[in-house]
Amino acid sequence: MSADPISSAPLRRTPLYDLHVAAGAKMVPFAGYDMPVQYPLGVLKEHLWTREKAGLFDVSHMGICWLRGPDHATAARALEALLPADIVNLKPGQQRYSQLLADNGGILDDLMITRPEGAENDGALLIVVNAGCKDADYAHIAANLPAGVRLEVDDAHALIALQGPRAVNVLSKLVPGVETMSFMTGRFAALDGQHIHLTRSGYTGEDGYEIAVPNAHVAKVWDLLTATPDVEAIGLGARDSLRLEAGLCLYGHDIDTTTSPIEARLQWSIQKRRRDEGGFPGADRIKAELANGPIRRRVGIKPEGRAPAREGTEIQDMSGKPIGTITSGGFGPSVNGPVAMGYVESAHAELGTKIQLVVRGKPLPATIANMPFAPHRYVR
Amino acid sequence: MAIEKFSKDHEWIRIDGDIATIGITVHAQDQLGDVVFVEVPEVGRKVAAEEAVAVVESVKAASDVYSPVTGEVIESNGDLASTPGLVNEDAEGKAWFFKVRLAKPAELDALMDRAGYDAFVAAS
Repeated sequence: MSADPISSAPLRRTPLYDLHVAAGAKMVPFAGYDMPVQYPLGVLKEHLWTREKAGLFDVSHMGICWLRGPDHATAARALEALLPADIVNLKPGQQRYSQLLADNGGILDDLMITRPEGAENDGALLIVVNAGCKDADYAHIAANLPAGVRLEVDDAHALIALQGPRAVNVLSKLVPGVETMSFMTGRFAALDGQHIHLTRSGYTGEDGYEIAVPNAHVAKVWDLLTATPDVEAIGLGARDSLRLEAGLCLYGHDIDTTTSPIEARLQWSIQKRRRDEGGFPGADRIKAELANGPIRRRVGIKPEGRAPAREGTEIQDMSGKPIGTITSGGFGPSVNGPVAMGYVESAHAELGTKIQLVVRGKPLPATIANMPFAPHRYVR
Repeated sequence: MAIEKFSKDHEWIRIDGDIATIGITVHAQDQLGDVVFVEVPEVGRKVAAEEAVAVVESVKAASDVYSPVTGEVIESNGDLASTPGLVNEDAEGKAWFFKVRLAKPAELDALMDRAGYDAFVAAS
């Protein structure tokens, strides 16, 4: 996700807008959409509810698109020219996280790619991108496709995410069989008579699903899910604190065109074949950073005491020399204390390094900490 | 009965003799959401009217709390550091932030009464 660009254009609404307002949500502008930042439960309780039970998120502002080519290898190679993940060797039903890269290796956006199951879908790739970047992403992808491969924007589906340890129990009652899916896989299914696509993935560090539902039916599905005692609607506020505790990057904050995937510690998302073969934008820089280490790295930061250190906070070494900046920071409800992430010069990136954060003009002690702050509970 | 005043920055002020007790309003805590951190001024600090002297942070953001009056801080509410959630539970009662000995009582005249504040909130 990315910050809302300043714009006078009217805010767009997702197909669930009326339900959010009726539920008493506080609506805020986000990436050009009028989105629920919290419901009457409040950010803190929404966060804890998701970790304990199941939270339902409207993420329909995100962009869904399809890449369609004559066969998988052709479509996969077309996408591989724009990002560093191995798409050619994705198995049917498998999902992968990657980043669209600029020629200098900076990150244009991060995205999820699923190779749909079924012989009839050979040559198709399902892509989900950030709301704030989607128009630029579509233009960038479309402008760089070879003949025979095309981009198809999907405006017909809304996207909702059911996240938390009870998500599997809740969803398997409506969509039998989803309990057998493993993390980062997708499939087509029927929900209340509707053709849907779902993946076992999310943005909270919890087990859960992201579900694409036809626009006209998503309100019914939302009502079905929220009618379950284990499910509460969750706003963008808790979505942000959940992903921060999970150590996941927020585009426009923790990653952007000035950061490379290696600086951002996303090297796990660049498979060996791509590292060896290259052939993606910024490959020279990324290979060099893999070999020699980047000049700065994204790190987890645990402030001592209770004061949160927010985005933009200067990071200093213990002598007071500036060594970096916090890119996401706040209060972690499950950690029950402040948590942050940011970039520091690589010499200061080792776990346990003592640092200080300049909050309201005063240096506050903090430590370079392991991420995630709240353990991932993916079902693999 | 203490005199009650309100500022446009959503602080409440309760005056008892020359002592003003200051906190943030129920409306302010509702706008902030779940409060997770509070920093109050040190006892003995000289504060000027409209000076940022305390901090209240919700899950979402940090906000300054201003002293509506000039004077010296004679007491701060230490309970707020360990239980910041008090601000959500009892903003205009147990969750007072600090007390100031008034140096310029005439400053109170510029502040709103309850009805004036309610109208100010309704119009904003």
